[in-house]
Amino acid sequence: MTAEAWQIVFFTLEVSALSTLLILPLGVAVAWLIARREWPGKAVVETMVMLPLFVPPVATGLLLLMLFSRRGPLGSALQRGLGLDIVFTWRAVVLACAVMSFPLLVRTAQAAFEGVSSRFEDIARTLGASEWRVFATISLPLATRGIVAGAVLAFARAMGEFGATAIVAGMIPRKTMTISLSIYQNIQLGHDAAALPLLFVSIGIVFITVLCGQIISMRKRP
Amino acid sequence: MSLQLRNIRLPLADFALETDAMFDQPITGIFGPSGAGKTSLLDLISGLRRPVAGAVQLDDKVIFDAADRLNLPPRLRRIGYVPQDLALFPHLKVRANLLYGYRPALIENELFTLGHVAEVMEITPLLERNVTTLSGGEQQRVAFARAILSAPRLLLLDEPMSSLDSRLKKRLIPFLLRIRDEFRIPLIYVTHDAGELVALCDEVLMLERGRLIGRGSPAEVLA
Repeated sequence: MTAEAWQIVFFTLEVSALSTLLILPLGVAVAWLIARREWPGKAVVETMVMLPLFVPPVATGLLLLMLFSRRGPLGSALQRGLGLDIVFTWRAVVLACAVMSFPLLVRTAQAAFEGVSSRFEDIARTLGASEWRVFATISLPLATRGIVAGAVLAFARAMGEFGATAIVAGMIPRKTMTISLSIYQNIQLGHDAAALPLLFVSIGIVFITVLCGQIISMRKRP
Repeated sequence: MSLQLRNIRLPLADFALETDAMFDQPITGIFGPSGAGKTSLLDLISGLRRPVAGAVQLDDKVIFDAADRLNLPPRLRRIGYVPQDLALFPHLKVRANLLYGYRPALIENELFTLGHVAEVMEITPLLERNVTTLSGGEQQRVAFARAILSAPRLLLLDEPMSSLDSRLKKRLIPFLLRIRDEFRIPLIYVTHDAGELVALCDEVLMLERGRLIGRGSPAEVLA
């Protein structure tokens, strides 16, 4: 593999890891709220969370482009407030990966919270625990394996993200080029041989990641 | 201790739990067939379920009153609860389970310390074990000890021995009597085992389809 190919691999790993870390706190909070609380508008929020799974990725990318471009409502605010450019930078890659993998994290973490017997939480309350303590010491630890599995799925999804990233971040060498984008570009240019190493590396990384996730989720509690 | 339920109404799947009752004995049994509403009654006393009407008063403190929209959350009621499945936290060791509800600030005497409670419940050698490795009888005693250490004003026990054979039940009954005698915690004890009622309870309330249909000594109720 060339130095440029390795740079693409490491960049993809970095943005995938970063996007997963960024969505983790929000994803866990949303999953818990959906699993454990009744509130007005819950069905609407649940549907919105799931939308990126079903809307064409390029459409999601276009929406992000409209929101985060310098003339978009969020992009202009970020530019004015923090001096941050999003679109066509590495931040756009992270953003696209985060949005596209968010539903997988939430769905898996939600199932994990629903799998925790509410009796444990109830008894913790009778033992004097506040709602925050019940969450931090009972719900979260007992759902950890499911949350880790969700994070692994989200990471693997981010590794393979293509459509939304292409629209909102472009295919800029050494700036926004990920494994998926590079494979696509190489094939478009007829450089199939250059795409093959990236193909095998990406399969290897995702295989190891998902395998680790499986092992973690199958591990018995002490 | 006295616990008073006034004009309580809690809709359940097939019927409504509707009750007026006073609990003022050291150990009060609640007896009735499966599905009579016994667990729901404990849930509403502990604050885990909210009735649509009525009031609950523990000693001189109203802890629930539907008319006044008063509902003290479970964590502030100081009512211990040992459910049928015990709900020992599987990710915590015995010691951490016991200390989960330990509130030194609430303790009025030195009986409610980890060392003493563990000694009385005979679980001192188990403190560093994982709860999932304990036998049925050991798990029961850990669950009792955990509830005692939260220094409750009242302890609710929901068929805590239903999964044990009769030999183990006999061995555990003295531990329940120790909760009454050593720690002076009044108990409300739900069961559908007549033998447990006779061995433990000072008074028994009969519950059927959400209504109290009788009360008296175990001998009177079972006659």
